[in-house]
Amino acid sequence: MPVRAAWHRPPSRWFDAGSRRRTDAVHRRVVAIPDSITCEARMNSLHNVFIRSLLFAAAALLLFCEAHAQPRALPLGVLRSGIEFAGADVRGMQADDLANPGFLWVERGEKLWREEASGASGKSCASCHGDATASMRGVAARYPAFDAGSGTVFDLEARINDCRVRRQKQEPLLRESDDLLGLTAYVALQSKGMSMAARIDGPAGAAFDRGRVLYGTRHGQMNISCAQCHEQNWGKRLYAETLSQGHGNAFPAYKLEWQTMGSLQRRIRACIFGVRAEMPAAGAQELTDLELYLAWRAQGLPVEAPGVRR
Amino acid sequence: MTRPLSRRPISRRRLLQGAGAWAIASPMFAGISAAATQEMPAIPALVSFLAGRSPRWERLRLELPSLADNGQAVPMRLTLSGPFASGSAPQSIHLFSEVNPVPEMAVFEFPVTPPKVEIDSRIRLAGSQHVVAVAVMSDGALFAAVSEVIVTIAACLDGS
Amino acid sequence: MADSRINLAAATRQGEAIEVRISIRHAMETGYRTDDGGKPVARNVIRNFACRYNGVPVFAVRMSSGIAANPYLRFFVTARESGTLDFEWVDDAGARGMAQAAVKVV
Repeated sequence: MPVRAAWHRPPSRWFDAGSRRRTDAVHRRVVAIPDSITCEARMNSLHNVFIRSLLFAAAALLLFCEAHAQPRALPLGVLRSGIEFAGADVRGMQADDLANPGFLWVERGEKLWREEASGASGKSCASCHGDATASMRGVAARYPAFDAGSGTVFDLEARINDCRVRRQKQEPLLRESDDLLGLTAYVALQSKGMSMAARIDGPAGAAFDRGRVLYGTRHGQMNISCAQCHEQNWGKRLYAETLSQGHGNAFPAYKLEWQTMGSLQRRIRACIFGVRAEMPAAGAQELTDLELYLAWRAQGLPVEAPGVRR
Repeated sequence: MTRPLSRRPISRRRLLQGAGAWAIASPMFAGISAAATQEMPAIPALVSFLAGRSPRWERLRLELPSLADNGQAVPMRLTLSGPFASGSAPQSIHLFSEVNPVPEMAVFEFPVTPPKVEIDSRIRLAGSQHVVAVAVMSDGALFAAVSEVIVTIAACLDGS
Repeated sequence: MADSRINLAAATRQGEAIEVRISIRHAMETGYRTDDGGKPVARNVIRNFACRYNGVPVFAVRMSSGIAANPYLRFFVTARESGTLDFEWVDDAGARGMAQAAVKVV
């Protein structure tokens, strides 16, 4: 499906840019590549050094912009958190700190943060990071993030486990275990209300691109893509439910359906099950790629922690 | 509107009517208890609990949403309005489900008379149904309230 | 897991109503679910919940699978004297949970 050209620059600019079409190799559909990704400059006279250096500077600027000016199917101004699509039951539960079951996990995480590690190092999270309310402030809002050590993008769960293994010298926690959910929920709480601001530039770009492709790819027996529900049909009804925009700003969340806390990866897997597609393993790269794409998609939305969802 | 409150499942028309009614009524606890002339849902466990007694459909209020977000956790508020006459103190409130596999959902007990009887909790509902609350007073008086809740299945099956 | 979380007013005047709120961590397993292998997961719900005010029972709930997982309760007790509210609950497996909250009456 062609990307909308709302960003298309008029040809009267000093460089003439046009959109290029090429066949997407993955699913053999003609895809329009927007200006901001493939800008082609038409140079009238190459022998002019001044113009050449100006063009060089412009090209450098465009490369920089390329990383940040990805076109959005959902412009920032229309972003709505999932809580706006939830019923009164869920909204009431999330807003009330005592009635919000997620805090049972947050308190667990707070306790684990201070506990001494069972591993060789004997260190707790607090040994290095001190008071989480200070040191973890804003962290969840910028995750998933690229980790130079491993050369991959980490979600918060992977980051916590990386610390446990490399620094605390102990076993990683299983995804969806109450301990890992507790720690993730506790760290997420320290970003409550802050704007989602994950970075997709530099080394995170490859994961972002993969996530973006996955998001628009039809899959499963039902042959539906994420975009079809959450970009083209958000706000509309699917049975008795209203489709949300599919943001992950409230995860890990207590989902009434699960009767427990769960991660964003679990939520994504639930959707994958819903369209009857092949289920990736917990922690699979494609899930992290999607998480990064979702975090970018939700840029500016406030972190809701602990989230409550239907 | 009166219709026999039998054990048959809620019809599609009723479901759509309920959904439309919900769309108009926005407060959280829209499914307030019925008025004085209310028929008792035919729940066997409730019938045997009442043992022939007829409760009065007043003073007890059972607030449940008309349309639950998810049947796994439906917020509920029970209120028994006073003042309580001397010799007639609230002893317990029994909660019955029309459709759940376990019809006696809970019993709230007051070993001492509370300053006010207002209880919040969250209940599980196995499908669209009526929920009945019966308050038992120390002098044997019974007050009852009924609330109808529509519970829909999730749009996407969740195999996570 | 935090077993429970309690919320009540810091101080209440004598004779007035204290709003008590408690959130308990318990799966309230209904016994109607099956695990990944298709085996039914055994029922295990909190059966009896009791609240005592300086040792005097003031509120109790007999629960079933009809109460949602991670039970939440809000109720009122009359402020008499300063002391402790003790909460205790038992589930089908016999596991006991306990919690306490200080009551200040002025």
